[in-house]
Amino acid sequence: MVQHRSEHIVSSYEEELTHLTRHIIEMGGMVEQAINEATSALVRVDHDLAQIVIQNDKDIDKKQRGLDEMAVSMIARRQPMASDLRRIVASIHVATDLERIGDMAKSIARRTLQISDQHISPQLYSGVRHMSDLVLTQVSAALQNVTALEVDEAIRICEKDEEVDALYMSLFREFLTYMMEDPRNITDCTHLLFCAKNLERAGDHATNIVEAAYYIQTGANLIDEIEIRKERR
Amino acid sequence: MDIVQDQTAAATVPGASTPAPAGEPAARVVTRDVSVFYGQKQALFDVSIDIPDRSVTSFIGPSGCGKSTFLRCINRMNDTIDGCRVSGIVELDGEDINRPDLDVVELRARVGMVFQKPNPFPKSIYQNVAYGPRIHGMTRNKAELDEIVVTSLKRAGLFEEVKDRLDQPGTGLSGGQQQRLCIARAIATRPEVLLMDEPCSALDPIATAIIEELIDELRENFTIVIVTHSMQQAARVSQKTAFFHLGKLIETGDTEQIFTNPRHEKTQDYITGRFG
Ligand SMILES: Nc1ncnc2c1ncn2[C@@H]1O[C@H](COP(=O)(O)OP(=O)(O)OP(=O)(O)O)[C@@H](O)[C@H]1O
Ligand SMILES: [Mg+2]
Repeated sequence: MVQHRSEHIVSSYEEELTHLTRHIIEMGGMVEQAINEATSALVRVDHDLAQIVIQNDKDIDKKQRGLDEMAVSMIARRQPMASDLRRIVASIHVATDLERIGDMAKSIARRTLQISDQHISPQLYSGVRHMSDLVLTQVSAALQNVTALEVDEAIRICEKDEEVDALYMSLFREFLTYMMEDPRNITDCTHLLFCAKNLERAGDHATNIVEAAYYIQTGANLIDEIEIRKERR
Repeated sequence: MDIVQDQTAAATVPGASTPAPAGEPAARVVTRDVSVFYGQKQALFDVSIDIPDRSVTSFIGPSGCGKSTFLRCINRMNDTIDGCRVSGIVELDGEDINRPDLDVVELRARVGMVFQKPNPFPKSIYQNVAYGPRIHGMTRNKAELDEIVVTSLKRAGLFEEVKDRLDQPGTGLSGGQQQRLCIARAIATRPEVLLMDEPCSALDPIATAIIEELIDELRENFTIVIVTHSMQQAARVSQKTAFFHLGKLIETGDTEQIFTNPRHEKTQDYITGRFG
């Protein structure tokens, strides 16, 4: 495994690589905002904000296409090798994952538009908010690792995804209880449940991003590293 | 500096050609601790490598790192350079090629060489290819010689272009054709190993693609070692890659591994264009 900080002889190439990473981080910021606003729109049943989230998703898609073009152009012009090649190819993956997280936010916003008023317990909404916050910390920690990998931190993020999954399962059971108590809750609960599922998927994309970050820096598979560490324990 | 090498070159005892691990082709050329001096100046330091049979191995590294010098060790071309001294072991099929009683002419028939600049003899196309088999007494009559010339030209992918003018001078061909003629000449003696020192550096992309295609076909029957300054070419044509730096072999490995995830920082710096 080789990590280094030395710069390219061709400085414009170095600049392009830096630009690529900056592009990812910017896109990450847009996606974090989308998840955050989609959740706020949902818990406040704020249709205007939901519309904004849906509208902004177009910019995220555009940002992803921009990154694709940049990466393809670099591959064609620079014939990247080794760590550069990994960075460029993995950036395409990261952008795809970010775009998917953006889609999750858009789905939540779309569902929000179908919820007319809060009939069900605010406690359920706060469960979704909590899950959303957890996913957001996952996404931002994952992006941090794209710029500077911390192996222990990367592993911690992957392990923390289990918490997201567990939270989803417990919300699922709660929703089920409400639906059984009063069938009039079924519609809203179903919407909320799908939103929770969207967040859970967003969490999965965050771990994909961490895996990509690990691959960029080491050329190895993070899941293998986690397995090795488990065996050592 | 620690030297990272894969199992194929992980031999410890000098001179002991270890059998290749399962799944790897057997090593055809084995070197151990090869050092080369030009007068007082040491140009190569303890190079140990196993070059596998029927595959392409590329040597890469910055200018002056000793690629050509090392390549010349494999067919004793350094013998022809004044003041050049080689130490260490070079084995071809388990046989020490530096033995004083070894017939160097025969060795060079077994280990052919193609140079950076196409260098056809100032003779006809036919004579260029026929030269080797003739001096090595490989044929009994003209028919057999014709056969070798035609097959070699075909294998080098040149026959169709020159079949109507075999009696015309080889020097009248285009650069790419001349290089393929030199390849035909090199393979006419049915060598076991083919050494190529930057064979495409004087060629355009099309001629280069034709030579690369040819190298890929020749690999079925020959062990090929190619020195190239083009990372992309090394990545395209070779199965194994060896990286040299300042006269030392820094890293050898599967080409794919070297170009996606080299183990040594110097390799990484070189192939990504970060060499200071
Ligand atoms: N005939 C010679 N006499 C003295 N020194 C030599 C001779 N040939 C090569 N050298 C030196 O040995 C070192 C290795 O040279 P070599 O030609 O093997 O490098 P190389 O890797 O093939 O470089 P390039 O990529 O430029 O062809 C260099 O420092 C060179 O100056
Ligand atoms: Mg050379």
